[in-house]
Formats: sequence, C-alpha cells, structure tokens
Amino acid sequence: MRLKWWHGALIFALFLALLSPLASSFPDGLERVAEDKGFLEKAHEAIFNLIPDYVMPGVGNEILATILSAIIGTLLLFGIGYGLARVLKAKKDEA
Amino acid sequence: MHIPDGFISAPVAVTGCVVAAGCVAYAVKATNKKMGEKQVPLMGVLAAFIFAAQMLNFPIAGGTSGHLIGAALAAILLGPWAGMLIMTCVLVVQCLVFQDGGLLALGANIVNMGIIATFISYYVYRGGAFLSGGQKKRILVSGGLAAWLSVVVAAVACVFELVISGTVPLGVALPAMGGIHALIGIAEGAITAGVLSLIMATRADLLSLAK
Repeated sequence: MRLKWWHGALIFALFLALLSPLASSFPDGLERVAEDKGFLEKAHEAIFNLIPDYVMPGVGNEILATILSAIIGTLLLFGIGYGLARVLKAKKDEA
Repeated sequence: MHIPDGFISAPVAVTGCVVAAGCVAYAVKATNKKMGEKQVPLMGVLAAFIFAAQMLNFPIAGGTSGHLIGAALAAILLGPWAGMLIMTCVLVVQCLVFQDGGLLALGANIVNMGIIATFISYYVYRGGAFLSGGQKKRILVSGGLAAWLSVVVAAVACVFELVISGTVPLGVALPAMGGIHALIGIAEGAITAGVLSLIMATRADLLSLAK
C-alpha cells in the first residue's frame, strides 16, 4: 500500500502522543485563576473514572501510563473523526 | 480551559448543553452537504492531532501552563461546521474517557472551545483577505491572528459562564482569565501558523477545502 499524506499526519499525531510525558504539570489558565481567586474547591469529583488525568490506571510507571493514555486517545479520536466523516459522506452520496 | 462540574451553576450548564446540542445537530446537517473524499481522512487526522496536541501543556508565566485548543486549525481547514464537529468529538472523548471537563459542563465546554472558538477563527481568517502581502503571508498572519483571538474570546465566554453562575465576580475573573489566555493564545497562534505553513509546503490543496 502506498503511503498517503494522511498516514504521515497520523504518525505525526502519534509522535506527539509519545511526547506527552514532557508536558508541563503546572495548572492551566482556568485552574490557575480558580486557585488564585479561591473557587478551585467548588470543582466536583468526576462521578466515574476511566482514564482520569490522562494516566492509564494499573500501569505502575507513570511515564508509560501517560504515553499509553495518549496513544489510546489519539487512535480513538482518529477512528471517531474518520468514522464520522465516512458516515456523513455516505449520507451525502445517497442523497 | 475545560470547566469541571461545580464551577458553573445547573441552569448555565443545562443552557450550554441545549445550545451545544442544537448547534451540533445543525453542524451534522451542514457538513453532510459538503463532505468530499479528502475530508474523510482529514477529519480523522485532525481529531487525532488536536487530541495529542492538547495533552502537551507548555509552561507560561507564573507557574501556569497552557495548551493548544485547535479550533482555529480545524475551522481554517474544514470550515466552521465540520470544525465544530471535530472539536466536539475531542471534547466528548476528553470528558467521557479522560475525565477532563465536567459531564454536566460538557455543553459549556463545547460552546466555548467548539462553537465560539471555531466561528471566531473562521471569520477572522476569512476576513484576513484584506491584509497586504503575498497569499502565503496572508494565510499565516490571518490564521495566527484568528487562533489568538479564538483563545481569548473562548476564555471571555468561560468568564461570563462563571460570573452568571455566581462563582466569581466579573471584575476579578475577566482580567485574570483574559490576561493568561492572551499569553496562551500567542502559542496557539504560533502553532496554528506553523501547521498551516507545513501544510502549504506539502499539501497546499488541503487549504482550499473549507471554501
């Protein structure tokens, strides 16, 4: 199979996923403001957890757990985005 | 700026969900009409790229971090409706699978980062045609500008949701959120322009899909 442009783009996204353990762990803009202005404690805990905080549960090594969650999310979103576009295109072709 | 549950009141959250559901339903219809062969893999890789890039928080001033939103990139490449669908997919997965952003606040998060940010970016990018200079420069400058503004306006929308919810006074939240996101937006603008320039150099045809 010939390599298409989007294969390269998907590989690039997966490469970014591999870099995920390097991400800054500082709070983001909204979290920082919530902390500084005293409303951070209003946040509720999630009512269920699958892969909370982008760390795969049950994996001892945190770097590995982060990369795993990043790869799962990246592939999942590729599948959903591609699948959704396929469905929309099929519907258009029908019409 | 994923809002967790608890930051916004139930009426604000429910309103967000209703607005988001309505817009997404319309986006499905609008996108349906112009879905071409190239858009299919592009929607897949854009969703994947935006998710991965959103995980890469970069430090900004004062022990704070920011990350790409990606709405500008999605809107510039796919148009506002398909861009909105991509952003919604990313936000739904982040909420349901990774517990980033509250369940009830999902609607508000889609409104801010999926709807407002994509529309602002799309029209600022489109409006950039008046800029002088070559076509390449125009695309990069208006793309970067659109991306910066999308982050700031999304942050302001978030502020209004917090203020209406009675979580924080406007005079306190607006300068704080605006200031931080004006900085984060610079990175959004730079990354967006960088990706656009990469696409121009390799697959310039992808830049005309949104027309």
